[in-house]
Amino acid sequence: MSKNKTKLMLGLPYYFWSAAFVILPLFMVVYYGITDKNGALTFNNIASIAKPEHIKSLWLAIELSIVSTVICFLMAYPLAMILVKYGKGRSSVLVMLFILPMWMNFLLRTMAWQTLLENNGVINAILKFLRLPLIHIINTPGAIVFGMVYNFLPFMVLPLYNSLAKIDENVINAARDLGANNVQTFFKITLPLTIPGIMSGITMVFVPALTTFVISNLLGGAKILLIGNVIEQEFSQTNNWHLGSGLSLVLMIFIVISMIISAIFDKDGEGSLL
Amino acid sequence: MTGKILRKIYIALIVIFMYAPIVTLVVLSFNSSKSRAKWGGFTFKWYINLFDNASIMAALRNTLLIALLSAIISTVIGTAACLAINAMKKKGRTIWMGITNIPMLNAEIVTGISLMLIFIILGVKFGFMTILVAHITFNIPYVILSVMPRMKTLNPSTYEAALDLGASNSYAFFKVVLPDIMPGVISGFLMAFTMSIDDFVITHFTKGAGVDTLSTKIYSEVRKGIKPEIYALSTIIFITILVLLFLVNRTPKKVDEAKTV
Repeated sequence: MSKNKTKLMLGLPYYFWSAAFVILPLFMVVYYGITDKNGALTFNNIASIAKPEHIKSLWLAIELSIVSTVICFLMAYPLAMILVKYGKGRSSVLVMLFILPMWMNFLLRTMAWQTLLENNGVINAILKFLRLPLIHIINTPGAIVFGMVYNFLPFMVLPLYNSLAKIDENVINAARDLGANNVQTFFKITLPLTIPGIMSGITMVFVPALTTFVISNLLGGAKILLIGNVIEQEFSQTNNWHLGSGLSLVLMIFIVISMIISAIFDKDGEGSLL
Repeated sequence: MTGKILRKIYIALIVIFMYAPIVTLVVLSFNSSKSRAKWGGFTFKWYINLFDNASIMAALRNTLLIALLSAIISTVIGTAACLAINAMKKKGRTIWMGITNIPMLNAEIVTGISLMLIFIILGVKFGFMTILVAHITFNIPYVILSVMPRMKTLNPSTYEAALDLGASNSYAFFKVVLPDIMPGVISGFLMAFTMSIDDFVITHFTKGAGVDTLSTKIYSEVRKGIKPEIYALSTIIFITILVLLFLVNRTPKKVDEAKTV
């Protein structure tokens, strides 16, 4: 019994750390969000989400993050299937594809897309050479979606990879033996078995995409404001922490919903990132 | 057969997608024109100027120091926490794993402003320490989530056998438990180090005036134009890691199958 107690004591630094720097800070956001500068209770901060410029940036953020989540899913699923098929037990391809690029600063990588996507940038030069139609997406919502997909694709691939790798090959073989063709096997067996990974991937992409302010700032030409940009400005320029916290609380509703969804579908943490 | 070729093409396209910006940055580091938009000829001058640029060097030092310290501290706290969480009953374990997941699932901007607010309330001076605390906070979950799966596969009898044979608690831990969970601990440490180096958003909200990491320095320069020395530095860092990774993969692996990617 006492042996168990010593073990539980080992967690003390962590209990303290989580309380002080994870839980308490979140309550601070709530506190600031529901009070005004004099400390009086108010719901004006939260209600200000209904202001036209705020609600517009929230809708745009929701729209763009849904689009990029869908694109990430469509790109990631075949990729994860290929990776599982090719290199069972070899994670080096995954490291090469997704961990290694992280060693080039993420702001620089996103900025580099600016150079590549520019109207007279590298990609258009190539397209011109191939006599294909040119793209004009820089400083448009399209470029922001592009940046989101680039930055968050790994968050979709990794959970899908993990849940695909767990599928027992015999289940697939059984479906084949019973006369299912490739398409049927995929929709009746593979896809349903990877739902935990899919849900986890969706939340892992949707939340950072919904809340980003960096990607929209770098690729949207600083003219397109997402809800993340509005909040960031309240903190770093306007210094209205109460309004910023109130808007963050609105954002947290979406985050909490995602957390609940991933908790429901991902009971034993099998779809998690690591 | 065509399936195999299609698969290869698909992987190749994803590789191009992931690496196009990196290649761009490497090319820019050799571009003698300061503009990102045009090629002014090949040069090494940014690599030479780099080491005379005090502010970039200071930012590099902060970045590496914070990454190293936060990775070490979060690995120690996180591994100890795993031992504790593993010894809990089911209910306690669910609660603490849930808390562990908060910084992972929460939006970075919310984590950033929540830490900023707590530092304001506590009256702490913003600077190196506040960044370090913030980085430890978001790094601990990465350590726990990579050590925990290893911990679960441990056979508790080996630890108890060590105790029965007269080992002290700590001796049994270092001789029996730690070697078994080591792959998880190492990958947790590396993950934490990488996350710290790459972080911008949380650092942005928890840094004080005058203290910069590479990320925040880059962000502040975006509008007025990034100094090409930064491209040179990033290229050096990237190539270093690439070479290290290559060397590690070539040496025969003793500890394989670390579940982490």
